[in-house]
Amino acid sequence: MEPRRQIGERVRRTEDARLLTGHALFVDDVRLDGMLHVAFLRSQYAHARLVRVDATAARRRPGVVAVYTAADLGDYWRPGPLLVPPPPIAGLVFNACTQVPLAKDKLRHVGEPIAMVVAESRYLAEDALDDIVLQAEPLPAVVDLEAALRDGATRVHEHLPSNVAAHAVQRKGDYARAARGAHTVIKRRFLYDRGASAAIENRAVVAQWDPRAEELTVWDTTQAPIPIRNGLAQLLGLLQSQVRVVAPFVGGGFGPKIMMYYPEEVLVPWAAMRLGRPVKWTEDRQENFFATTQERGQIHDAEIALDKRGKILGVRDVFLHDTGAYDPYGLTVPINSQCTLLGPYEVPNYESEFTAVFTNKTIVTPVRGAGRQHGVFVIERLLDFAAKELKIDRVEIRRRNLLRPDQFPFNNEILFQDSAPLTYDSGDYEPALDQALELIDYHRFVREEQPRLRAAGRHVGIGIVCYVEGTGIGPYEGARVTVEPGPGVRVRLATGVGTQGQGHFTSFAQIVAEVLGVEVADVHVITGDTREFHWGTGTFASRGAVVAGSACHAAATRVREKILELASHELNASTADLVLAGGKVHVRGGDPSGGIALGALAVKANPLRGAVRPGTEPGLEATAYFGPDRGSTASGVHAMLVEVDPETAQVEIKRYVVVHDCGRVINPMIVDGQIHGGVAHGIGNAFYEQLVYDEEGQLLNASFMDYLLPTATDVPHIETAHRETRSPLNPLGAKGVGEAGAIPTGALFAQAVEDALSDTGLEICEIPLSPNQLFALIERAR
Amino acid sequence: MKPAPFEYFAPGTVDEALALLAEHGDEAKALAGGQSLIPAMNFRLARPRVLVDLNRVEALSYIRSEKGGVAIGAMTRQRAVERSDVIARGAPLVAEAMPSIAHPQIRNRGTVGGSLAHADPSAELPAVAVALETRFRARSTTGERTIVADDFFKGMLETALEPGELLVDIAFPPLPPRTGTAFLEVARRHGDYALVGVAAVVTLDAQGLCTAARIVLLSVGDGPVLAAEAGKTLMGQSRSDDLLRAVADRAANRDVDPPSDIHASAAYRRRLVAVLTRRALERAFERAETKQPRNQ
Amino acid sequence: MKTVDLTVNGVTARRSVEPRLLLSDFLRNELGLTGTHVGCEHGVCGACTVLLDGEAVRSCLLFAVQADGHQVATVEGLSAGAVEDGALHPLQAAFREAHGLQCGFCTPGILMTLVPFLRDHPHPDEREIREALSGNLCRCTGYQNVVAAVQLACDGTPTPDR
Repeated sequence: MEPRRQIGERVRRTEDARLLTGHALFVDDVRLDGMLHVAFLRSQYAHARLVRVDATAARRRPGVVAVYTAADLGDYWRPGPLLVPPPPIAGLVFNACTQVPLAKDKLRHVGEPIAMVVAESRYLAEDALDDIVLQAEPLPAVVDLEAALRDGATRVHEHLPSNVAAHAVQRKGDYARAARGAHTVIKRRFLYDRGASAAIENRAVVAQWDPRAEELTVWDTTQAPIPIRNGLAQLLGLLQSQVRVVAPFVGGGFGPKIMMYYPEEVLVPWAAMRLGRPVKWTEDRQENFFATTQERGQIHDAEIALDKRGKILGVRDVFLHDTGAYDPYGLTVPINSQCTLLGPYEVPNYESEFTAVFTNKTIVTPVRGAGRQHGVFVIERLLDFAAKELKIDRVEIRRRNLLRPDQFPFNNEILFQDSAPLTYDSGDYEPALDQALELIDYHRFVREEQPRLRAAGRHVGIGIVCYVEGTGIGPYEGARVTVEPGPGVRVRLATGVGTQGQGHFTSFAQIVAEVLGVEVADVHVITGDTREFHWGTGTFASRGAVVAGSACHAAATRVREKILELASHELNASTADLVLAGGKVHVRGGDPSGGIALGALAVKANPLRGAVRPGTEPGLEATAYFGPDRGSTASGVHAMLVEVDPETAQVEIKRYVVVHDCGRVINPMIVDGQIHGGVAHGIGNAFYEQLVYDEEGQLLNASFMDYLLPTATDVPHIETAHRETRSPLNPLGAKGVGEAGAIPTGALFAQAVEDALSDTGLEICEIPLSPNQLFALIERAR
Repeated sequence: MKPAPFEYFAPGTVDEALALLAEHGDEAKALAGGQSLIPAMNFRLARPRVLVDLNRVEALSYIRSEKGGVAIGAMTRQRAVERSDVIARGAPLVAEAMPSIAHPQIRNRGTVGGSLAHADPSAELPAVAVALETRFRARSTTGERTIVADDFFKGMLETALEPGELLVDIAFPPLPPRTGTAFLEVARRHGDYALVGVAAVVTLDAQGLCTAARIVLLSVGDGPVLAAEAGKTLMGQSRSDDLLRAVADRAANRDVDPPSDIHASAAYRRRLVAVLTRRALERAFERAETKQPRNQ
Repeated sequence: MKTVDLTVNGVTARRSVEPRLLLSDFLRNELGLTGTHVGCEHGVCGACTVLLDGEAVRSCLLFAVQADGHQVATVEGLSAGAVEDGALHPLQAAFREAHGLQCGFCTPGILMTLVPFLRDHPHPDEREIREALSGNLCRCTGYQNVVAAVQLACDGTPTPDR
C-alpha cells in the first residue's frame, strides 16, 4: 500500500453533518442553568455630551438583576487596547483613541453602549431599557471627511488638536520627477463608501464563572479566541489558565469578529463573575448595524503618469480614510489600500499619502478585503482612463505593465501592514490574464458580439481587472497532533485559530492525513478552544491555510518522525525502509498486513512498564509552530459581462469569470467556495450595499429591509480557474484566498458598466453604484 | 429586538373579533398575517397593548367567483391567491403582481386583507386594488358597509377603516370584454418593495380604441396614485408608440410628485414611472387586443 | 401566560408562555431546538425558516401562541436525528456533496425553505431554484453551490465518500 495524496483533493467537509442537522453549537445555542440575559442601552446621538444616566427605575423593574453604567464599573472602566500598533513609517502621526466599555462623558457614535441591563430574559432586559433616564446635550456630528479636517471643525476627541487619527506618507522613487517626464498624466477623484460585514450570525458572548474550579468559561463569536482569553485574563486579574475562551461554530466572520475586545465582550464575563450566574448577550440585527465594526469609507485624489506606450512611470495618491469614532485596529485598512494599489504592476515611482479621520460613525476595522478594494479600484480605474486617453486596449495596457516571473521576489520598497517591506514572494501574472481573456472570450466579444448587440440597441459591456492580495501574514500559529492510543486509527489535531465557515476542519485534516498516511475522516480536529490549544492569534488576513496549515504540517511531520523512529525499533527496519499508509506503518516491499496500526504504536509509545529510551518523549504527539517571514502574495484576474438597461439603470451580470492563484490549493472545492462568497460580497459592495449616514450621523438604513445583501437572484454563476504559483515562504507553498473574491469586484463592475454605456461617455469613479447613482451619472453625461 | 408585552386574544369568529376590537378601542390592533406588524413590534416601533389575532377566524379565508368577478376573504393567505386558478382567470392582474410581493415564506403567512389595510405606499396589492376598482367590505359591531377603492386609501399607512372596523371581504369586479391588464415594477432585489411599480388596466372597443384605462402607480406618493391625466390621454385613442410615450410622459410629469429616499431620487422615480408606464401599457394593450370581444 | 399545545417534528409539546414570545425563541429556548437560527428578527434573512403545517414561514414573525394546535417542523426533524453519514436527508447529503454550506448558519433556514419548494417543484430549473432561494440570505457561499446542491438533490444521488 502506498501513501495517498490528500492535499489538493476535493474532499467533502467533515464538519458538515453537524451543521446540516442543526446540531452544531453556535454561541447563541449555549444554554446554562440560571443564565441571565443582557440588553444594552445605546446612544441615539452621533455626538453628544453625556450629562446623566439614571438607572434607578430600571433596577426596580421585576426580573432585572443588575444595571451597570460607566460609574458602576469602577476600576474596570478603561479604554480598550490598541490592537495593531502601526508600522514604523518615517514621519508617521498616529493618535490612538480606543473604544470604552460604556460611555462616560461623551457619546461618539450612534449605538455606543451607555448602560448594561442584566435580567432574567432578553425580553425583560429590553423592557428595562425604557426605564433608564438619560440626559445628554447634542453636539454637531462629524460626518463628512473633508469637513472634519477644516479649521474649527467639531472634534470627536477633544484632547486632540484635530480630527486627524493618523497621517502617513510612503514613497518609492520620485513621483514628481517621473510626472515631469511623462507623456500623459491622468488625475481623478475616487469615492468608496461604507458597507457592513453582515455575517448572518450576529455577535454573541456567554460567560460562566465556576467558583469551585475558579475558572471562567467564555463562549464568544470571535475570530481570535486566544488573544481574547489573554486579554480577559489580564483585565479580570486572572491567570491565563483560569480563562477558557471557546469560539465554537461561528456563523461568518468577515473581519469584525476579530480580537476587538468589544465592550460587550469585556462586560459580559465581568458581570458573570460579579453576579455568580452565567450571563448571555446576543447582538440583534439592529445592534449589529451600529455596534459591529464597518469599513470602506475613503476619498482618493490620485494621478498616474505614463509614457506614450502606456508604461506606468509613477502613481501619486492622496487619500482620506474614515476610521469612525475610535481607531483600535491601528492603520491596517489604509495601509492595505496604500500597498494594494501597486497591484501586479511595475510602478517605478510611487507616492502615497493618507490621513485617517475620526468621525461620529461606527468604528472602522477590516472587513473582507480590508482596504485592498480601494487600492485596486484606484489603480484599475486609472489604467482604464489611461487606456482610453492613449487609445490602447485596456488589456494591452495592463499586459505592458505586469511584473514578469523573473522579477520575483519583488520589493515594492514600502512597508506592509505587518511592518515588513511589501515584497511579493512569487507570481506569474500574464498567463492568468490570458486565461481570463480566453474564458470570457474577450477578443471575440469586443470584435463581434458587442458591435452586433450594440447595433441591435443593447447596452452590453465587458470588464477585466487584475489584482494582488497580500495574505498569510505572521506572527505565527501552532498546532498539536496526537495519535490516539488504542485500536484502529484516530488522530487528534488541535489548533488555535477559530473557524467561521472556511472548512478548517477538513483542510487541516487533509494536511495531517497526507503526512501521516491516514484518512481525512480519521483526523478529529478541534479549533478555537483555548483549553485545547492556547498559542496563536486568529483567523484574519487570509492566513488560516497558510500559517495554521503550515503549523499543522510541521506538527504532523514531527509526529511522523516519532512514528518512524518507534516503528523502526518495533519492526527491526531502518526508517528509510518504512512506509506510512492506510493508518499503518509497514516495511517497504513487505506484507502491509504485517505492519503496525498507528493506534497500537501509540500504545507502545506510552508504556506502563519497562523503560523509556533516553532522549524520547512518551506518546505519538508533537506541537509545532509556524511563522512566516512575511506575507505571501496571491493574485488573480476577474472578468465580467454586463447588460445595462439605460432607461431604468438596472444592471444584469451576464457572466463572471475568476482566474485565481493562491499558490498550492489544499482543497479545490473549498477554494472555489471562498471565491464564490468573496465575489458575492464584492457584488454587494459594488451595487447593493451602502451604509447611508445623514448629516447628523444617523444611519438611515439599519435593517436588512434597507441594507441590501445580494440574494440568489442577484449573484450570477461564477466560473473559476486556478493557477498554482507556489509560495516559497511556507512548506505547503500556499497563499491565502479568503478575501480574494471580494477585492477587485468594484473596479470590475465600474469598468464593465462604463463600457456598456460608452455611448453616454460617463465615467464611474465611485463605489457603491446603486441604480439611483447610475441614473444620476447617466443624466449628468447627457 | 423583542416585542413589548401585550394582551392576546384569538377569536374564532368575526363577531367575537369585532367585540374585542370595540371593547379595547385604540389600544387594540388586529393581527392578520403579521408580516409587517410583527417586524414593527420586534423593533418596538409598534407597541399595541392588545392584539386581536384574526388567524383563527376561518370564515375570512376564501377565494370565490362572484358576480363574474372574484371575492377574497380578508384573511386569505397571499400564497393561496398566488396558487389560485380562480384568481388567474378572474383577476389576472392580481395573479401577475403576486410573485413580486416579498418571498414565499412571507406570502405563506401574509394575507390579502392585511396588506390592503396596512396601506403601505410601496406595496403591490393596494395599487392593484385601485386599478381594478375593487370594492372593500368592512364590518364593525354597528354594521357593515362597502368602500370603493378610490375612497379606501387615505394616505401613508392610512385607510378609510374606522377604529373598531374590520376589513372582511375584497371584491374584484369582472373585467369588461377586450380588457388587458399588466403589472410591472422595478425593485432593488427580487421580492423587495418596489422603487416604482405600475398596475395598468386598458379596455378597447372593437376598433381597438381605448374606452377605459386605469394606471395606478406605487412607491411614488403616500398611497397608490391613480395617474388620471395619463389615463385621460388614452381615451378614444388607438395604440401607437407615440401615444404611449405621451401617456407615460404625462404620468411622470403631471400625475406624480414622487419622494426622494435613500434608494431612489425623485428624478429617478419619475424616470421609472415613465418607462414602466409605457412598458406596462404595451403589455396591457397587447393583452386587450388578443382578447375576444365578450369573452375573455 | 398562555398555554401552547403543538406538535414539533412529530412530538407533542405543551408550554405556558408569554403571548409575546416569538416562535423562534420558543423553539430555541423552550424546546432546545437550537438548529433554527435567528439572524435578523424582521423577516428578511430567512435563517429562522421552519415549516408550519408543511409550509415555510419565518419563525421570527410568528408568536408561539399562534402555533397552538399546529404542526411545526424544524431542521432537527429532517434526518433521522443521528449525525452519522447514512442518516442525512437526501437534501442534506446533497448540500454536503456540493459544498452548499460554509459557516452553516443560514443553512437550516435554506433547507426548510427548500423542502416544500421541492415537494411542489420536483424538477426546477436554475431560475426557479434561485427565486426560491431569494428569501434566504447567505453571506458565505455566493449561492452557487447551494444551487448546485439543489440540482444534485433533484437529479442525482450524491456519491458516497471517496
